Amino acid sequence: MMKPTDTKNPNYYHKVVDCQWACPAHTPVPEYIRLIAQRKYTEAYMINWESNVFPGVLGRTCDRPCEPACRRVRVEEEPVAICRLKRAAADNKSDVSSLLPEIPSKKNGKKIALIGGGPASLTVARDLMPLGYDCTVYEKDPKAGGLMRTNIPSFRLPVGVIDEEVDRILDFGVVKKFNEEVKSLKSIIQQDYDAIFIGTGAPKGKDLDIPGREEASSNIHVGIDWLTSVAFKHVDKIGKKVVVIGGGNTAMDCCRTSLRLGGKDVKVTVRSPKADMKASDWEIEEAELEGIPIFDNHSPKEFVHENGKLKGVLFEKMEAKYKDGKRKLIPTGETIFFECDDVLLAIGQENAFPWIERDIGIEFNQWNQPEVNKVTFQSTLPRVFFGGDAAWGPENIIWAVAHGHQAAISIDHFCNNKDLEDRPSPLTNLVSQKMGIHEWSYPNDISNSDRFAVPHAEKELSLTDLNMEVELGYDEKLAFEEAQRCLNCDIQTVFSESLCIECDACVDICPIDCINFTQNDTEENLRKKLTVPALNLSQDILVSDNLKTGRVMVKDEDMCLHCGLCAERCPTGAWDMQKFTYIEAHADKSSIFEYVE
Amino acid sequence: MTYIKKPIFRHPSLPTNEIGLTYRDYEGVVSTLCAGCGHDSITASIIDACYELSLPAHKIAKLSGIGCSSKTPNYFLNNAHGFNSVHGRMPSVATGANLANRDLVYIGVSGDGDTASIGLGQYCHAIRRQLNLTYICENNGTYGLTKGQFSATNDKESKNKKGLDNPFGAIDLAIMAIELGAGFVARSFSGDKEQLVPLLKSALQYNGFSFIDVISPCVTFNNHGYSTKSYDYIREHRSLFGELDFIPEEETINTSYAEGETVTIKLHNGNDISFKKLGADHDPTDPHKVLNTLRNNRSDGKVTTGLLYVDPDKSDLHDTLNTSSKPLNSLSMNDLCPGGEELEEINNQFR
Ligand SMILES: Cc1cc2nc3c(=O)[nH]c(=O)nc-3n(C[C@H](O)[C@H](O)[C@H](O)COP(=O)(O)OP(=O)(O)OC[C@H]3O[C@@H](n4cnc5c(N)ncnc54)[C@H](O)[C@@H]3O)c2cc1C
Ligand SMILES: Cc1ncc(C[n+]2csc(CCOP(=O)(O)OP(=O)(O)O)c2C)c(N)n1
Ligand code: SF4
Ligand code: SF4
Ligand code: SF4
Ligand SMILES: [Mg+2]
Repeated sequence: MMKPTDTKNPNYYHKVVDCQWACPAHTPVPEYIRLIAQRKYTEAYMINWESNVFPGVLGRTCDRPCEPACRRVRVEEEPVAICRLKRAAADNKSDVSSLLPEIPSKKNGKKIALIGGGPASLTVARDLMPLGYDCTVYEKDPKAGGLMRTNIPSFRLPVGVIDEEVDRILDFGVVKKFNEEVKSLKSIIQQDYDAIFIGTGAPKGKDLDIPGREEASSNIHVGIDWLTSVAFKHVDKIGKKVVVIGGGNTAMDCCRTSLRLGGKDVKVTVRSPKADMKASDWEIEEAELEGIPIFDNHSPKEFVHENGKLKGVLFEKMEAKYKDGKRKLIPTGETIFFECDDVLLAIGQENAFPWIERDIGIEFNQWNQPEVNKVTFQSTLPRVFFGGDAAWGPENIIWAVAHGHQAAISIDHFCNNKDLEDRPSPLTNLVSQKMGIHEWSYPNDISNSDRFAVPHAEKELSLTDLNMEVELGYDEKLAFEEAQRCLNCDIQTVFSESLCIECDACVDICPIDCINFTQNDTEENLRKKLTVPALNLSQDILVSDNLKTGRVMVKDEDMCLHCGLCAERCPTGAWDMQKFTYIEAHADKSSIFEYVE
Repeated sequence: MTYIKKPIFRHPSLPTNEIGLTYRDYEGVVSTLCAGCGHDSITASIIDACYELSLPAHKIAKLSGIGCSSKTPNYFLNNAHGFNSVHGRMPSVATGANLANRDLVYIGVSGDGDTASIGLGQYCHAIRRQLNLTYICENNGTYGLTKGQFSATNDKESKNKKGLDNPFGAIDLAIMAIELGAGFVARSFSGDKEQLVPLLKSALQYNGFSFIDVISPCVTFNNHGYSTKSYDYIREHRSLFGELDFIPEEETINTSYAEGETVTIKLHNGNDISFKKLGADHDPTDPHKVLNTLRNNRSDGKVTTGLLYVDPDKSDLHDTLNTSSKPLNSLSMNDLCPGGEELEEINNQFR
């Protein structure tokens, strides 16, 4: 027998908001999407800023784990363009300076060192500066921003967008120690910092040790270092024929950058089958749209050179064999030679800490990685915290931000002698959306349209200009249309068994057959016996207490469209549509509720 | 009233029937009835029954009179033929339509006001003539559409919403149907689709007049504490009279009811009705026994539901009148005009 679902547990309704649940920073997505539809771009932007700190950057570059999770994928094909809508908020917002947290002129006396100026460190600074902390950022490059600035090419992310969102935090009064590479953690520890955050990323690009590597090294470049040189304008051209080795997002950025620096015949090669490539589908798509071929199952064997002058790369064709769900790449013996002038290696990156002394109390594991607590981000030296790519290897910007928020909470607790394991609870709220008998304060008449494509700049122009942004973003009309596709998953179907007269009206109207009245049973059996069996185990079922007839109401959350028809057709108000607001706790108190309608 | 259209999205794992349709292809427009009206559940059951029988909508005609109940054909089978007639006159229109085209499946939807008051004469004669029609009375004991006056099926002891007494006794349309010679008579409850859907399927396949009296609470005017047609009252006072399965050809369908002695009744057209007897006295083909049980149950304050009576061998109006075996609209000039010689012969008979 299933017990009535405990909807008081904030995770229950949070999980129903698929996108917010999947977002590492738990951005209240449907709320900002509705604000965009109302042309309240500034409010939409601020909700994002509070959650993810870099909405303009992320609206262009986020890895968007929310989109594959989007409910729309389950009821039709394409998710809501959550990420590109974020950009629409950023593009159309007005001045936000008056909405930013106040930075106390009187400091709290605690000093924090942030090593590395990427999104992780900047998020920690964003959260701690309003509390009066004195934050110092050490950055080896001349400017802060980390890989956002040095590696994401400007045709995907204009420098102006980075400057705006990075400077906003630096302007809180962060002490900037730029062009300063930290070569010894001990030297920092010896200074009077109360806590140290290490956000140095994963700066080491992997190399490929095959014959010819050393001899031809002047035309073989490590992708992330090469992209950095391009970003800082130390490199502005490349040979006509380029081979990019690797199948991740870095490879996609390398090949597209090459095209803009004079590459005419640019190829990407990957060892694995194309379907297993690490790069996001949309990044692969953009590269292919620009005419770059991808050769899969190509394993590099040798850099062919003549007296140190690179001639090309020799590959061996591989074949993927699958056994017990495991893939094995088998060499076929067939070799292929690609002629080229330059090679870009994009086969992965690692974090590396040659500058951290091993005798200062920071433990490293067998893979030479620091031991970091998954919840508190604290290292084995209590004063030192890790986050972003430095903590567990390369991820992405939104994870770096999520880490930064959590590390800031820990640092604040640490500096105030509070238990680090005692994490603050999220703020939640549940409010009825009923306005009239059949009127709701959210748009329940959802759009049937397919996903709207983002307009692109003309290819002929953008391919000749490294700084011309390829995506133009949604205009206001497109943003509105796309926003209408959102199913408002935060508007919850809240059921009150005491009001239910079991008239079946909700069962009859529900377009997606998620509501059932049936005899209680075990979860496994209940799931099986619903009108449409609830076979997606990653989605919960909502089970009521016993009703008058002895049955229970069981709702499968999986496909619910949040259309509100069950509540409209309920004569007693046993169903109500209530907006669930979930705000992740941060060190700096959130003001998102001020922007929520 | 709900203003938005029902979303077109449907559950991706929704099953389809023999003709490749999901039940949602049998829907009509979104109901404009009061939220919680029993009539909407009957609509949903009709949709389920037609879906499960894999009936093509264009082979169905839905007809009704006037009342909230009579509005419901708009809410199912968007692609069927339809006629919303005047108050109490659905049987006449159905008779005309049926005589003209015997190939369609006829669903008549009426209310207790539409049937037991203004349309009582029409009702009686449609039964008497064995019109091949499934007649569904959505019975709420009140005139819902005109705001809650007592109807002729409202029990004497059932007061109105304001507590006013009902001066008259109730007409039992099911008893009346059996007495007038209907071949298939059932009673059900809008809140029990497990019972109603198999009844509807059997009735739709029955060749002749089939009547289902469906108690269907009016949430707005007759669902209060003094009502004998409220959700609560029916749930408390319902007595099940046999349980039934409609079995097309030889396949077996399981219902969730308890085991009992099963009787299979072969219908005229080859389909079977499998019937689980609940008591020793229970024989749905014996009208006298059935009427007795119904009357006794009624005086015990019980509302008898289930398949009440069935006569598998009844002939329908077309058999009685020996009408054309083909729909009139399919008769060609050759069928209709016997030719000069034949005509001369016919005329000679009358000279
Ligand atoms: C080519 C490429 C494209 C990418 N594209 C995307 C994308 O589209 N979307 C996305 O979400 N993610 C993308 N990423 C990943 C993303 O950029 C990183 O995951 C993210 O920036 C990590 O943030 P971080 O703050 O942990 O570290 P970083 O951004 O790496 O910042 C670390 C900073 O620390 C500095 N530093 C390092 N060591 C020292 C030292 N000893 N002393 C002083 N300073 C030091 C570095 O110079 C750097 O500025 C991409 C990565 C690459 C390589
Ligand atoms: C000739 C005629 N007389 C009276 C009416 C008024 N009228 C409309 S509906 C109705 C009663 C409907 O009751 P019922 O058939 O039980 O339907 P319900 O609304 O209860 O489903 C009446 C008397 C009418 N429309 N036409
Ligand atoms: S439909 Fe809207 S609220 Fe639901 S998961 Fe997708 S973006 Fe989020
Ligand atoms: S909101 Fe209600 S009617 Fe709409 S899909 Fe969800 S459960 Fe069904
Ligand atoms: S008035 Fe009564 S019968 Fe008419 S729609 Fe409303 S609840 Fe149904
Ligand atoms: Mg009525």
